Amino acid sequence: MEIPYTVDPRPDTGLYNAKVGIWLFLASEVMLFGALFSSYILLRVGADPQNWPHGLLNIPIGTFNTTVLITSSVTVVLSWAALKMGNFRRYRFFQAITVLCALSFLGIKSIEYKDKFTHYEIWKKDGTRLTGHLEGNPWFWNTATLDIKALPSIKIHPDPHHYKDPRPPKHAGAPASDHSEGHAAAVEIPRAEIKRLSAFVPSHSTYFGIYFTLTGLHALHVLGGAIVIAYLWGPGAKMWRTQPIRYTNRIEVSGLFWHFVDLVWIFLFPVLYLL
Amino acid sequence: MQETHTTTVHETHDVHHHEIGFWRKYIFSTDHKVIGLQYGFTGLCFLLFGYLLMALMRWQLAYPNQPIPIVGQLLLKILGPEQVANGAMQPDLYNIFGAMHGTIMVFLAIVPLAFAAFGNYVVPLQIGAVDMAFPRVNMVSYQCYFGGGVIMLASFLIPGGAAKAGWTSYSPLATLSGAGFTVNGQTLWIIGMVFLITSSLLGAINFIATIIQCRAPGMTWMRLPFFVWAEFVTAFLLVLAFPPLEAAAVMQLMDNLAHTSFFLPSGLVVAGRPLDISGGGSPLLWQHLFWFLGHPEVYVLILPAMGIVAEVICNNTRKPIWGYKSLVYSVLAIGFLSFIVWAHHMYLTGMGTKIATFFQTTTMIISIPSVIILTCFFISLWGGSIRFNTQMLFVLAFLPMFGIGGLTGLPLGLNYAVLHLHDTYYVIAHFHYIVAPGTIFALFAGIYHWFPKITGRHMNEFWGKVHFVLSLIFMNLVFQPMFAQGFAGINRRLYDGGAFYAGATVPVETAWWAHIPFIGPVLYVLTVSPDTSTIPHYWVEVNKDISHAAWMLGLAQIPFIINFFVSIWKGRKITNDNPWGATTLEWQTPTPPPHGNFDKPIAAHRGPYEYSVPGLTADYAPQSQA
Amino acid sequence: MSAHPQTVAQAQPAAAHAHDAHDIKKDVKKYLFVFGALLAGTFLTVFMYSVHFNVMAVTITIAVFIATIKAALVAGFFMHLISERKAIYAIMLATVFFFAAMMYLLVWSRGQLPKGGGWWEGGNQAAHKTEAKGK
Repeated sequence: MEIPYTVDPRPDTGLYNAKVGIWLFLASEVMLFGALFSSYILLRVGADPQNWPHGLLNIPIGTFNTTVLITSSVTVVLSWAALKMGNFRRYRFFQAITVLCALSFLGIKSIEYKDKFTHYEIWKKDGTRLTGHLEGNPWFWNTATLDIKALPSIKIHPDPHHYKDPRPPKHAGAPASDHSEGHAAAVEIPRAEIKRLSAFVPSHSTYFGIYFTLTGLHALHVLGGAIVIAYLWGPGAKMWRTQPIRYTNRIEVSGLFWHFVDLVWIFLFPVLYLL
Repeated sequence: MQETHTTTVHETHDVHHHEIGFWRKYIFSTDHKVIGLQYGFTGLCFLLFGYLLMALMRWQLAYPNQPIPIVGQLLLKILGPEQVANGAMQPDLYNIFGAMHGTIMVFLAIVPLAFAAFGNYVVPLQIGAVDMAFPRVNMVSYQCYFGGGVIMLASFLIPGGAAKAGWTSYSPLATLSGAGFTVNGQTLWIIGMVFLITSSLLGAINFIATIIQCRAPGMTWMRLPFFVWAEFVTAFLLVLAFPPLEAAAVMQLMDNLAHTSFFLPSGLVVAGRPLDISGGGSPLLWQHLFWFLGHPEVYVLILPAMGIVAEVICNNTRKPIWGYKSLVYSVLAIGFLSFIVWAHHMYLTGMGTKIATFFQTTTMIISIPSVIILTCFFISLWGGSIRFNTQMLFVLAFLPMFGIGGLTGLPLGLNYAVLHLHDTYYVIAHFHYIVAPGTIFALFAGIYHWFPKITGRHMNEFWGKVHFVLSLIFMNLVFQPMFAQGFAGINRRLYDGGAFYAGATVPVETAWWAHIPFIGPVLYVLTVSPDTSTIPHYWVEVNKDISHAAWMLGLAQIPFIINFFVSIWKGRKITNDNPWGATTLEWQTPTPPPHGNFDKPIAAHRGPYEYSVPGLTADYAPQSQA
Repeated sequence: MSAHPQTVAQAQPAAAHAHDAHDIKKDVKKYLFVFGALLAGTFLTVFMYSVHFNVMAVTITIAVFIATIKAALVAGFFMHLISERKAIYAIMLATVFFFAAMMYLLVWSRGQLPKGGGWWEGGNQAAHKTEAKGK
């Protein structure tokens, strides 16, 4: 018993089954990320400007990541084109680049995340705020940590600017976490003066909440797509010998998913990093 | 080009090809019929479980703070003294049961039954396909559903109990209720929902792809049985409306566990201490994202039922459905409009008048295609040669019951009326009329109708009719008084059944005749007027009548359950593969349909409902007949 | 699953393959051109960012506009949407419509809150005042 149109397209619709399936899946993903983008807009419009950080994300790194993903997008479609022309080795070559691009994207993202987890903000009881790195660069400390560790005070290397202060023009384009001016000397703040301590983690503000959710979900999609592509590159490639057209269709379908992931990033990058 | 399927004799098919073991055949099957039955059995179990939760809640409403007989001690042993004090339901447990009754009924019972069970079994057969387009995805979607169900059930047993912030899980309560910020019942609810959403998405994608791609030759769009159209539109609703809830669920999960503030506003104080969160979130955002799914979800609950109704009506009036084109365009219109009406669930959140007007307008407009569909069904009865078997009785009852449910929804679509009716028992009565004597009756009809095709035996007609009459009576006795309770102002989700609202902690006894269904309230109000001070107490007293009727409704299902199981093995055997004389393709298969469904190449040569065709000797022409 | 239909189907379009190969070479040129356009768009966006416009709305419009062009290129050429079938167009059109409706209605509803925001943001001060008076 064979399911029809798994390989050959159905004459009246001109499509094979998996193509319909993947486009429907992408439709659901559009709604998923669409809901998150809508949430971003709502949260930003409703936020106090003082609490909506700007310029905390590293734009050069983000731009580089964007080019990495765009490159992977073109290699994925070139690999499919190679396969359609029957050139298995060239397909393998391009697809390997795709997976490498995916892994480097994820690697760079991890570095960006780590950078955030070791970067802190302190709200003092007198209303002032400062951002910076803590002595020893710990991860994930918060107000409760100070009490758990019974620390009488905390040492912070402040950043030159706080994100709520207007930026002088010559710094436009460089991230606020830019350390080009060097770290200021450590400042010691007694526990009694601290109202809140938080790293730049999701719970820091709605900005970081939506940033980590959007980029985290996107990264999961990058990982998932990379795993599927790698599987088809490796163990799944056996099908090229027995059912080449069906295999080519699988590459096309996984490629469509990959392009969607790239599409999401094309919107994510300006919205989160630049606006 | 349809692949021609090599004909093999039915009995030797399995011997020639693969001998698949028990596990591959029944548990890890990729055959749409087995998966449909899996969804069906699991869905019916959850339907029963959801009913039992409600039955327990109704004890609390009828006899507040009194220990539940028999079951009370059992609950005490399972759930502990915090939730069940001496066998009596505590307020938290009432909320838990309320939230889980809603969740289980909607996501674990009705949607799997209406959409996945009937859809999986019947749709590929009706379009002349050998199976769904993606059989393995189909299997995975059932497994996700099963996993989600297990998680939901398991959440009852963890400390603090299951979710108790309503099936709508509004923030901030959802994050702060009980022992907030830990893995509690609400957290498991969210995780369970993610599994269920995944299951629905995979299933919906499968349905749409199958209906587009796997129709038999000659099965054009306008020759599809209306049930297939209904499932098609339902699948689109699921594909496009569920993901925003998934996004919202992820955000609420992060609020619960990672201390984010997506839905938590600034300045929250709990137990006298300000919360250590960033604040700045919006509780409204959760409501919007939830109801963006929530509204299409209720159409998911009703559209497959309408499809079943169409099938049964045509078959038992021996006439084509009246207004096939109107039905198709109406169901497409409902699908489209259902995405832009959601905020009628949010009229009382302080929305501006302009946006409330927008949603009011779309809500009123969406009632039009629903009325068109109901009208087409009514007109289809005119001049028909009606065969009053059990499934037809259920379908005939569906029509006025859904009518009542739909019409009572109209005031709820208008924001001025909602000022008074929001969150009252009126709302409960409205939606239960649609789903309970509406969808569930259609599902019963579907079971009686397709049982012979699935098992090769008939269900017992006498006990079917007993089931029908008792269910119809008690459904109405349960839900009809709730309209009046709602008008009187009794709110939903009140653990004491509204006694506090009525200022009555000591119930007022009313005469026996005040409890006669329908007439009783009228007589009571007339006799006590103009002194209306005891009327609120009366409406709280009515809770007892409703509870009694609800328990009787449960007892009325026993003949059905027994009938169902006994008939599988001992029911009257069918004498041919098409015992009801139906036109659609699922009846042109051997009984039960084998793997691959059709034993000869199948094609559609006519419309789906060619009954009483002039010039033919038989009173119907199967769709595959040239 | 038998392998027969597959190998038959594979042998048959040998001629079709040659025809496709020529088309695909043209497509490859298109893909590389789009790749270049995407890179250019990316750098343009970052450059625009460093030009400080006075009105935020202008910045947003330009950024979203460029992103939309890039997205259209990816969808149209890499995902072959530009030569795709009606069924796919119908699915994606419906999706885009409902996505736009969701986003628009959500944002509109926020604009319809009382002055100062929702009740959780301390908004609706008029109601607070009357309450205070009543006490």
